[in-house]
Amino acid sequence: MALRGDWVYENNGGTCVAIAGSDYCVVAADTRLSVGYSIYTRDYSKICKLADKCVLASSGFQGDMKALQKNLAAKHLIYQHQHNKQMSCPAMARLLSNTLYYKRFFPYYTFNILGGLDNEGKGCVYSYDAVGSYERTGYSCQGTGGNLITPVLDNQLKSPSPLLLPSRDAVTPLSESEAVDLVKDVFASATERDIYTGDKLEIIIVNATGIRQEFLDLRKD
Amino acid sequence: MSIFEYNGSALVAMVGKNCFAIASDRRLGVQLQTIATDFRRIYKIHDKLYIGLSGLATDAQTLYQRLVFRHKLYQLREERDMKPETFASLVSALLYEKRFGPYFCQPVIAGLGDDNKPFICTMDSIGAKELAKDFVVAGTASESLYGACESMYKPDMEPEELFETISQALLASVDRDCLSGWGGHVLLVTPTEVQEKALKGRMD
Amino acid sequence: MAKALADVPPKGGFSFDLCRRNDMLVKKGIQLPGFRKTGTTIVGLIFEDGVILGADTRATEGPIVADKNCEKIHYMAPNIYCCGAGTAADTEAVTDMVSSQLQLHRYATGRESRVVTTLTLLKSHLFSYQGYVSAALVLGGVDVTGPHLHTVYPHGSTDTLPFATMGSGSLAAMAVFESKYKEGLSREEGIQLVSEAICSGIFNDLGSGSNVDVCVITKGKTDYLRNHQLPNPRTYVSSRGYSFAKGHTEVLSTKIIPLKAKPEVAVVDAMEE
Repeated sequence: MALRGDWVYENNGGTCVAIAGSDYCVVAADTRLSVGYSIYTRDYSKICKLADKCVLASSGFQGDMKALQKNLAAKHLIYQHQHNKQMSCPAMARLLSNTLYYKRFFPYYTFNILGGLDNEGKGCVYSYDAVGSYERTGYSCQGTGGNLITPVLDNQLKSPSPLLLPSRDAVTPLSESEAVDLVKDVFASATERDIYTGDKLEIIIVNATGIRQEFLDLRKD
Repeated sequence: MSIFEYNGSALVAMVGKNCFAIASDRRLGVQLQTIATDFRRIYKIHDKLYIGLSGLATDAQTLYQRLVFRHKLYQLREERDMKPETFASLVSALLYEKRFGPYFCQPVIAGLGDDNKPFICTMDSIGAKELAKDFVVAGTASESLYGACESMYKPDMEPEELFETISQALLASVDRDCLSGWGGHVLLVTPTEVQEKALKGRMD
Repeated sequence: MAKALADVPPKGGFSFDLCRRNDMLVKKGIQLPGFRKTGTTIVGLIFEDGVILGADTRATEGPIVADKNCEKIHYMAPNIYCCGAGTAADTEAVTDMVSSQLQLHRYATGRESRVVTTLTLLKSHLFSYQGYVSAALVLGGVDVTGPHLHTVYPHGSTDTLPFATMGSGSLAAMAVFESKYKEGLSREEGIQLVSEAICSGIFNDLGSGSNVDVCVITKGKTDYLRNHQLPNPRTYVSSRGYSFAKGHTEVLSTKIIPLKAKPEVAVVDAMEE
């Protein structure tokens, strides 16, 4: 509150995407960190592994990103000591929401997507605003390139309305390799038009066998 | 609020093989309130030349009237229709004339030129021409349209495929923009015919 | 009578008709739109037998790339070219206006245009608009008095330099020039150095990007090397592709208007009796 009136945040750019499938979850983000017209680094990972089946991708202000990741990691460590198990993805999703809302009036300036596998082993994606409002979805996209990528994902993966009764499954019909292909393509497209997205794409694939990492080079201009 | 967001709009034009398509949404709003759901933003200059005017609707209509007037003067003097390139320069000149008090319009121009070569072009509100070989977009949904077109566009599409692509790109984009939507108008122009279609879209 | 002539094409100059209305809108709290900028890297240098100009090809609107391959090296005269940075409409308009004045001047005098003439026309236009016409230029050419390179700022001030950079990527490009420029570069060395400076802007400045354009002007010869380098191709194309079957989109109504072929002078049939 002491800092009220001054804009104490910076937007370091970047884009995150997550897609949930029936038995996998793909989480991806570019690795460019920038401000204004300058690039700070071309190789900054915006994705953080929080638990065995739970990863967090965030864009926004790097300082808050880092603080949030540390905060969650610490809370997860305490959870492990108390319960002698890893936190599940839905539990982590609620924890993240509470952590963000705890700072309702001096928020973490971060836009997060949490991806992983739920208790039944199905892919899950949780998408957030900066102050902890969240929703489980089949796919999500945030960051500076979010507006460019969202309509393409809508078109390819449109999920049934959440208002339908009985409720339908929100996971996407694509296979794992098709989802990875789609993610690579939408990032290549966003990089063409968004100046804050580029350099390299980091893709994390969570499935029953564990976590796999892939990289793809993007335009560097 | 930006003045471009007062009425809301989405415009896109794409080039295919010896043809082009130009499409717009159908909503006219006053900020978040919808006023009309069958509004037209694409105007005909002649059979093979169309202009879409995004931005403030009142300026769009005024600008259109001035453009028609100037095109008619040209027709009377030259006894022929304007080439798309010439027309683009005319629009650019009219807009730049008002450099310090602009019309709040971002035009999209699409036409078939000599030997039916497709031509598309867009400008900012003070007439900085941007010629593109693939697609151009304008309006409040422009960011979504850039993303959608960048992924979906392929060079040298036949008219049928071009129609599906531009329609899907438009509908996907306006669904993520509160200020445009209610379906779309698509004009598909080939050397032999013009197909004008109304698209069904979400009505919210 | 005067009314009837109200909307005939004007002779030229700016029109301020809408300024009062637009000011009223601003006072009501409405934001005016941003214009398309060429957040740019443009450079020029003098080499042993002429001038080399260089530019990137990205035009931006805020954080979005509006044009991936625009032309920023503008024609002024056969022996003079000009790189433009700043508001795209202004750089385009100011270079077009001056190049037409030069053309008329050549018709009147029958002599090759000089770089100083161009420079004076540009700076006097820009100065008279007090910087509101926001064009930052790198002007280069070879005339009877030899090779010349100038920079022009939006307010109308000018510099005369052996090597120059402008735009948002000017620092990145100048770093290359400062470390590697020397007098009497050969043509190949010059093109190489200009490309390197532009690439430095392309990769390190987010306002610049895509391709490298180069223009080499020597005595009696100009080579415009459009897209001299293409260092930024798209990195991935979906193997699946997006194809939509015919009839995928729901159509409410269709109107088909057949177009007549070229309105040739029709052979009129003999009239029926």
